[in-house]
Amino acid sequence: MKKRFLLITGLVAFVSINAMSQKVFATKSGEISFDATGTCAEAIKASNYQVDTKMVQKTGQIIFSVLIKSFKFPNALMQDHFNENYMESSKFPKADFKGYITNIASVSFDKDGTYNVTAEGILTIGGKSNKVSVPGTITIEKGNPTLKANFKIKVADYVHGSYIGTQIASEAKLALLCKYE
Amino acid sequence: MNKLFIKKIFLASIILSSCKLAVAQDVDLFKSMDEQNKKDKKNQTDYTTATFKTTRLINGQSIENVGAGLLDVKISHRFGSLNKGAYELWGLDNAQMRMGVDYGINRWLMVGVGRNSFEKTYDGFIKSKIIRQSTGQKNMPIAVSAAISAMWKTVKDDAINNYTDRYAFAPQLIIARKFNDYVSLQIMPTVVHYNSVSKSSDPNDYYSIGMGGRLRLSRRVNLTTEYYYRITKQEGYVNSLSAGFDIETGGHVFQFHFTNTQGMTEGSYINQTTEKWTDGGVHFGFNIARIFVINKPKDIKP
Repeated sequence: MKKRFLLITGLVAFVSINAMSQKVFATKSGEISFDATGTCAEAIKASNYQVDTKMVQKTGQIIFSVLIKSFKFPNALMQDHFNENYMESSKFPKADFKGYITNIASVSFDKDGTYNVTAEGILTIGGKSNKVSVPGTITIEKGNPTLKANFKIKVADYVHGSYIGTQIASEAKLALLCKYE
Repeated sequence: MNKLFIKKIFLASIILSSCKLAVAQDVDLFKSMDEQNKKDKKNQTDYTTATFKTTRLINGQSIENVGAGLLDVKISHRFGSLNKGAYELWGLDNAQMRMGVDYGINRWLMVGVGRNSFEKTYDGFIKSKIIRQSTGQKNMPIAVSAAISAMWKTVKDDAINNYTDRYAFAPQLIIARKFNDYVSLQIMPTVVHYNSVSKSSDPNDYYSIGMGGRLRLSRRVNLTTEYYYRITKQEGYVNSLSAGFDIETGGHVFQFHFTNTQGMTEGSYINQTTEKWTDGGVHFGFNIARIFVINKPKDIKP
């Protein structure tokens, strides 16, 4: 009787430990901004405050999803041109990233601090997919991770139309900030 | 003893196999994202944009509004008629001009003011979006806007006694459909009310129906046409017909066209056109529109 009780308790404990590390951190209000100003007199900058992102603690699996129409520009006409001409956001309403944080094991989620990480995966914008490797940092504060990353992407790899010219920079600078819960 | 032992093994094996399942089924975010995207696609409503390249088709209003917080500076010229020949450089020596500014108050309401050299007329208008064209969960095949313009003729005229005689008003509905990326069409039922007319037997209200459209030639260039059919006809006047090109760059839209009317307000181009295309009474003209940002949207963080 005692033995069976111990066996069951042990197995339940084993299962629950496994379930705990399946913890998924998520937020729907992550922030991403880009700056693609080339020779244009006006700044080509926009921000999106509705990044939908999830991260699995155990495996480092991470996804990001943004609605292109949620990118806000100071100039409404530039926003229209961005959606209509360059992003074709009616055909491709979302941009996403599917990948893994390769060194997730180096992050101690229960200890406050900042850890350098690298995310590798596939970035899809405007229906075009490319493999990317992005360096960033995860800061743990009171058990909640905050992800920060600054990286560049080649505009021609994702944008439609061949009339980019010099007004738009060949590489867009991206800044990502996501506070997970 | 035997039965109890078998029960223990059976129970242990069930627990062990369910543990294996729990460990093997790691959370898969990729699958959940694909499922979410499929769901979102079904629930998405896509509002049609860029039915036309700017807020004027050629002489009259288009279904488009200028964006919120943006100022649209409009300069227009209508030269003399081609049938004047080489001496007048086919009309280029003579020109009527309109300069105006349009402003987007919010996403659906815009205003504009301008001054025309034709009869030294000041004009102002308000245009409001009523229904937007959309596809997806909310399906609306047409877009509808309403506009009303007021015109104040200031040219010296001894025949005009009261200052209110110089005013005219033109309410109109604009109904448009963007069929695809290449073709957009619109119809514009309009009524122009003149406070004063030359003969007491003439009506004060003139009904007409405008029609026009655009055909995309390239990402930056459209072919456009505009025709106003007068329902209330007056002797000696003809319907206005215009055709031209829209060329769009980053912040400018250049419109070049040929038209049989020199007026640029509803009060003049709809009901007071006298020249015919068939007589060479055609005027070359252009509109230039330039967008400036006046008010940035509030939810942009610095």
